[in-house]
Amino acid sequence: MNVDLVIIGGGPAGMAAAVAARKSGLEDILILERDEALGGILRQCIHNGFGLHRFGEELTGPEYAYRYEKEVVDLGIPFLTGTTVVDIDKNRRVTAMSAERGIFTIDAKAIILAMGCRERPKGALNIAGTRPAGIYTAGTAQKFVNMKGYMPGKDVVILGSGDIGLIMARRMTLEGAKVHAVCELMPYSGGLARNIEQCLNDFNIPLKLSHTVVDIKGKDRVTGVVIAKVDENRRPIKETEELIPCDTLLLSCGLIPENELTKKAGITLDRVTGGAVVDGSRECDVEGIFACGNVLHVHDLVDYVSEEAEIAGRAAVKYIRGEKLRTNEIRVDVDGKVRYTVPKLISEAEDTKLYFRVGSVMRDVSVVVREGERVLLKKKKQKLAPAEMETVTLTKEMIESIDSGSISISVE
Amino acid sequence: MGKIRKLTCIVCPRGCDMEIALGDGGKVVSVSGNACKRGAAYAQDECTHPRRTVTSTVRLSDGRVLAVKTESTIPKELIFEVMKEINSTVARSDLKIGDVIIENVSGTGVNVVATANA
Repeated sequence: MNVDLVIIGGGPAGMAAAVAARKSGLEDILILERDEALGGILRQCIHNGFGLHRFGEELTGPEYAYRYEKEVVDLGIPFLTGTTVVDIDKNRRVTAMSAERGIFTIDAKAIILAMGCRERPKGALNIAGTRPAGIYTAGTAQKFVNMKGYMPGKDVVILGSGDIGLIMARRMTLEGAKVHAVCELMPYSGGLARNIEQCLNDFNIPLKLSHTVVDIKGKDRVTGVVIAKVDENRRPIKETEELIPCDTLLLSCGLIPENELTKKAGITLDRVTGGAVVDGSRECDVEGIFACGNVLHVHDLVDYVSEEAEIAGRAAVKYIRGEKLRTNEIRVDVDGKVRYTVPKLISEAEDTKLYFRVGSVMRDVSVVVREGERVLLKKKKQKLAPAEMETVTLTKEMIESIDSGSISISVE
Repeated sequence: MGKIRKLTCIVCPRGCDMEIALGDGGKVVSVSGNACKRGAAYAQDECTHPRRTVTSTVRLSDGRVLAVKTESTIPKELIFEVMKEINSTVARSDLKIGDVIIENVSGTGVNVVATANA
């Protein structure tokens, strides 16, 4: 089978990329989705707070997904659900399988990677103790409660203060569970300030910063966890250990872009984001393959995922038509306080938004973009936090004025 | 004498740190730190009668669950009463997104609606 544009993943990134590509005039598009329906992780994110940037109103996850799903359907964009992509290569040959079709291959002129991310599992956390039932990632618990209608437990401790953990603290409480504490290893929260407020403070759930779980108790089922305060080197302090009896431990300890397919195509990954290294159009270093959404870098707002996916969708169409222009590549260096930028490379002279994250909480600072000593842009910020993605926009004129092949972004 | 109350705004992901000056009887005198008008309105509500949107799931007649929400905010102290009513409801299994499932939930004047297609 030959298809102009294959999009892997039918979540918010894949759907927005498909819609943007079709609106750029491309007919031959196919979305491949592993789950039984389009929508991705939004289907289980039944809480509100989505879409304020994009639609100017507050939507729940399923409502946000529905807007794009409806557009995909109204525009007649073909998609296959229940279809898992098992391989892609640098010649853009996609191998997929489904119960209906068995294994099949598609040769694509361009591919957009939109596979999303996965939660860091318990095996990656090195927690001592037994391995009884009752330990779930927050997202798994979310699927049980919101999609299947099952409660995973009644007395809950949550490790990690990522947004899904905070959201699940509230969700479990609403359904009658007692959430005893949310423990966060770092001295700051991994989630948005609004979620601390409305998911924890509203229900008097304690957030224990600089705390971790040092032991899990229980044989068949969790009977308790031992938590402890950590010192500045994140080592547990023995004297502060405290046993909290509970039957469930939820883990919300970070998200990792799911790039198994990306690696198979020989695409270079960024060590910090865990996603592909891309240019402003979101093209990877293997020609004709683009990436967007959480597979590229983990976002905190789906609104930004949609925005990024549209960039990739439009660029893929330009690439297919042979219209993608390349000027000299400009590399964006970071100073350590800024952990990464997406894109990392700028290859076209057009207005370019740089998305970035910082490594610690900073107040009353400036974000500065420089070429050598020359300041291109300076933006004051009241507060920067690791949990909140930030942006600066470089104009076409600024980019055209760069002649050394690299710029740097720093916080001062 | 007036008091200062500190709040984190929950209206949008920006999460502004706001300071609210309260006058006699807890009346809001001024709001600062907010980046938009919605923040000021939230601060006003939060200091007088806090309100929240409730999102949950409702059981369908075929055993599945479906995502729902209160169409607008309800008084914060009624969250668990609203949850009780949602959890004692069994809804039709052919609901569409936006369909009203419970009218005037817990006497709040607010409807509970489906946020997905069943």
